[in-house]
Amino acid sequence: MKKTLALLLAVCMMVAMLAGCANGDDPSTTTPTPDANPTDSVDNPAAGAIKIGGVGPLTGGAAIYGNAAANGAKIAAEEINALGGLQLDLRYEDDAHDAEKSVNAYNTLKGWGMQVFLGSVTSTPGVATSVEANADHMFYLTPSASSTDVLGGVANPLTGTVDIERKDNVFQMCFVDPNQGSASAQYIADQSLGSKIAVIYKNDDVYSTGVYNSFDAKAKELGLNVVSVTTFTEDTKTDFSVQLGDAKAKEADLVFLPMYYDAAALIFTQANAMGYAPKWFGIDGMDGILGVEGFDTSLAEGVMLLTPFNADAEDDATQSFVAKYKAAYGETPNQFAADAYDCVYAIYAALSNAGVTADMSASDICDALIGQFTSMTFDGLTGEGMTWDASGAVTKSPKGMVIQNGAYVGMD
Amino acid sequence: MKKGKKLSATNRTNYLTYLGVILAFAILQPMSAAGKLSPTMQGQLVPICAYVVMALSLNLTVGVLGELSLGHAGFMSVGAFSGAVAASALKDAIPNGGLRLAVAMVIGAVFAGIVGVLISVPVLRLNGDYLAIVTLAFGQIIKSVVENLYVGVDGRGLHFGFLKPLTNLGQGGRMILNGPMGIPNITKISSFVAGFVLVMVTLAVIFNLVNSRAGRAIMAIRDNRIAAESVGLNITKYKMMAFVTSAALAGAAGALFALGQNTIVASKFDFNTSILILVYVVLGGQGKMWGSIIAATFLTVLPETPAMRGLADYRMLVYAIVLILVMLATNNPALQSFFARFKKAGEDKTVKGGEQA
Amino acid sequence: MVKFLTFLINGVSLGSVYAIIALGYTMVYGIAKMLNFAHGDVIMVGSYMCFFAISSYHMNPVAGVLLAMVVCTLLGMVIERLAYKPLRQAPSLAVLITAIGVSYFLQNGAQLLWGSNNKMFPAFLKGDAFSFLGGELKVSVTTVVNVVVCVVVMLALTWFTGKTKMGKAMRACSEDKGAAQLMGINVDTTISMTFAIGSALAAVAGVLYMSSYPILVPTTGSMPGIKAFTAAVFGGIGSIPGALLGGLLLGVIEIFAGGYINTQLQNAIVFAVLIVVLLVKPTGLLGKQIREKV
Repeated sequence: MKKTLALLLAVCMMVAMLAGCANGDDPSTTTPTPDANPTDSVDNPAAGAIKIGGVGPLTGGAAIYGNAAANGAKIAAEEINALGGLQLDLRYEDDAHDAEKSVNAYNTLKGWGMQVFLGSVTSTPGVATSVEANADHMFYLTPSASSTDVLGGVANPLTGTVDIERKDNVFQMCFVDPNQGSASAQYIADQSLGSKIAVIYKNDDVYSTGVYNSFDAKAKELGLNVVSVTTFTEDTKTDFSVQLGDAKAKEADLVFLPMYYDAAALIFTQANAMGYAPKWFGIDGMDGILGVEGFDTSLAEGVMLLTPFNADAEDDATQSFVAKYKAAYGETPNQFAADAYDCVYAIYAALSNAGVTADMSASDICDALIGQFTSMTFDGLTGEGMTWDASGAVTKSPKGMVIQNGAYVGMD
Repeated sequence: MKKGKKLSATNRTNYLTYLGVILAFAILQPMSAAGKLSPTMQGQLVPICAYVVMALSLNLTVGVLGELSLGHAGFMSVGAFSGAVAASALKDAIPNGGLRLAVAMVIGAVFAGIVGVLISVPVLRLNGDYLAIVTLAFGQIIKSVVENLYVGVDGRGLHFGFLKPLTNLGQGGRMILNGPMGIPNITKISSFVAGFVLVMVTLAVIFNLVNSRAGRAIMAIRDNRIAAESVGLNITKYKMMAFVTSAALAGAAGALFALGQNTIVASKFDFNTSILILVYVVLGGQGKMWGSIIAATFLTVLPETPAMRGLADYRMLVYAIVLILVMLATNNPALQSFFARFKKAGEDKTVKGGEQA
Repeated sequence: MVKFLTFLINGVSLGSVYAIIALGYTMVYGIAKMLNFAHGDVIMVGSYMCFFAISSYHMNPVAGVLLAMVVCTLLGMVIERLAYKPLRQAPSLAVLITAIGVSYFLQNGAQLLWGSNNKMFPAFLKGDAFSFLGGELKVSVTTVVNVVVCVVVMLALTWFTGKTKMGKAMRACSEDKGAAQLMGINVDTTISMTFAIGSALAAVAGVLYMSSYPILVPTTGSMPGIKAFTAAVFGGIGSIPGALLGGLLLGVIEIFAGGYINTQLQNAIVFAVLIVVLLVKPTGLLGKQIREKV
């Protein structure tokens, strides 16, 4: 009985495989078959639109980041298409924050005929897709995969060896992790923010560990007094009594939190409950904490963070973006959304400058964009006068922010 | 001639399973070589083989030995990391990719096998769900340990670190495994051909084990442990044999998988992955190797098909519904008796055919 | 000493949350003999219900909890009716896989309905209940409420399964479904009832979990689900006092492991202790020794 059923399954499987084959005959010359409904595709892109793909966690535990980036990119693409000039056809695919699935998603986009790749949203999948995109010579600009392993070409300070070679077509819109860590240490030292410093970081997270390692190196160099270093993991990110208790017992007056804001919100709540009130110092992952529905913003009072984006900024571009985002998705955009928005605009600027047309191949577009990115200057929501060099890392100045009365205020 | 007559039902199923795998390979390999597959399908060939081997090896524990394991991804993890570290360290010693892959798979299998032996000592003293939770616990422990493991290589050889990043690597050394960041720079050396070979080897190992004296002992233990013990079977020995074989095969699959990826991290091989592999086994039928192969392939390909990708936000929801419905359908008494009628008719035919031959 | 006591209090606080989830888990397991991997996700649904009741509709927290209980009870019964009941005769592994399917379904459904953004559960249990040693040691109201609810639920369940007709029917079903049916017990209704109670408990557990650790996302339920399963096995699966004991011990061990040994290996140590305990007592701390019949 089960045999026949298995036969049915086998038939389904073969159909599925054949469907997969039929779709991928020759992505460079044929137009995509209509049966592949693009996920999150912008409505009615014109026929000669340039196909831009992105990969991110749209489901699962990290869905919040992927969806923010996909939404931000979508708003940018809609605005650009409304201008009537160069048209963009944007499609985001889900990777559930998994390297294997992100390569599948990338391959799906390649089969669809993608010409420019917006990269992966998160770091580990970002490392995987960057290798694929490098092999295919597909231009890659990630909004938020901040690990140096995504770019490659960075020498290990210990051995002087470049473990991963530079992937020349890969660029980042966000700060690379080590920059954030060392910038934070520098800032804390310059402003003499703390005499005894505690660090809590997420040990199984590439982003958090990457920032911590560079913070640690820089802190030693600057002679910062780090008294307590504790960690947590995805499986233990509920109870922080041990970590906070350690920091409190060692009388740390500043706690550095290189992590995303979901864990930070729990840390603030629990520290408040135990009557521990040091200065808090976060990085760009902290941005978004004020947007958490139901969060008591008084808990985050006085939190300092280095972030490139501020949803409360007064300038027109930010205000218009935030208003559109709120209208479309009912939430305040975070830095992932802003970075992805900037990515699409940066690519648009580079495409326009290089005179790229929709009939060019991904490889030709890649060459044109590499030339543009290493020479152009770009103003966006997350910084003005951004430039990229051949290392792929962006140069922009982080803004030191402090939370006062439930809103960001510039430091200094 | 004579041989055809003597084939038992089990042997026939086994040969058909080999044949099916060879047929699938014979169809897909030329298509893959000619670039006729979609990029997604092309990229999934190696992971499919790895998951098929994972499902087959877990089926040995769950279906043949009859013990529930919730930590099978732990063995995959051990195999993946030991295999990938070995492949990276041996890069200069063995320039040939295929040979290096074979060595890495053997090393992965050996390491996973050793861990399997260590784990089987406490695990096999327990029964039922208590055994299951201990395998779950080991899966979690392996994940935590690998997450805190650092491996580097320099002129003086391999260096290992635990909990803290390596600080004693000399100039010109290479970091291989970087704790929670995993191995970020794997050179892909796995191929569909290697995956196919591993599936065939796995099938051969499992079928030979099951059809041997030891295999019959293992199944006797599954069906009635006390009766098996009373006829003088060494329970621990046979249980361990099945468990360790299963672990070693999973280790080889892990190495194959890892060397087909650009990067691997410890958190990839978590409880959810263990569960996913268990789903393949149960869906394919316990003890039915061909069922595991089909289920693993089907469920790996399904979420990546254009039709499913086209569902956008509803993709994983539909996947969940499909899973539930398939489970309900395969266990529906009405459907079962419906198919049983077909099967009976089919069997009558084959019996007649056999007599004529 | 203060450090030790602080860890102990924090451990009990965390453990009481595990315990209350484990109570629902062990109840369903003991009677239906299935590992309900969707239990954690029912907790998540209950938490969302209570969140919306309090935050969006400004209901009284107690009314919010009651609403969550009603919704979860219905949800539990619907899941049981549609997904588990047709598999009553099927092998237990088939039910296990279906439960995993239900778990995926609830997580992805929740994401579609309520979005993937974090929500902060409103804090309605505030402040400290006790304070010792001049304020160095504090026990929060949440911890006290958690422990009290745990004990009350445990006693109520013990009474229910021991004394009431339905409870006795449940125990009969768990011993031998066939014999129970012959005695005139409606096995289907009894098992449905078990799921209803288990799901109502999940709602309570969700609300208490959320008041301790208030970040709410669609995947909120998965980790507590696994931990509760571990706690239930620790205490002896199927045993109601065992779930309470197992949950509390699990919490205390987790905090001590992090506090005295290493936060990086916290989880590994917890599971290592579990393995050692099971080696000494193969059916958990309070589990029944099942004598093998020949």
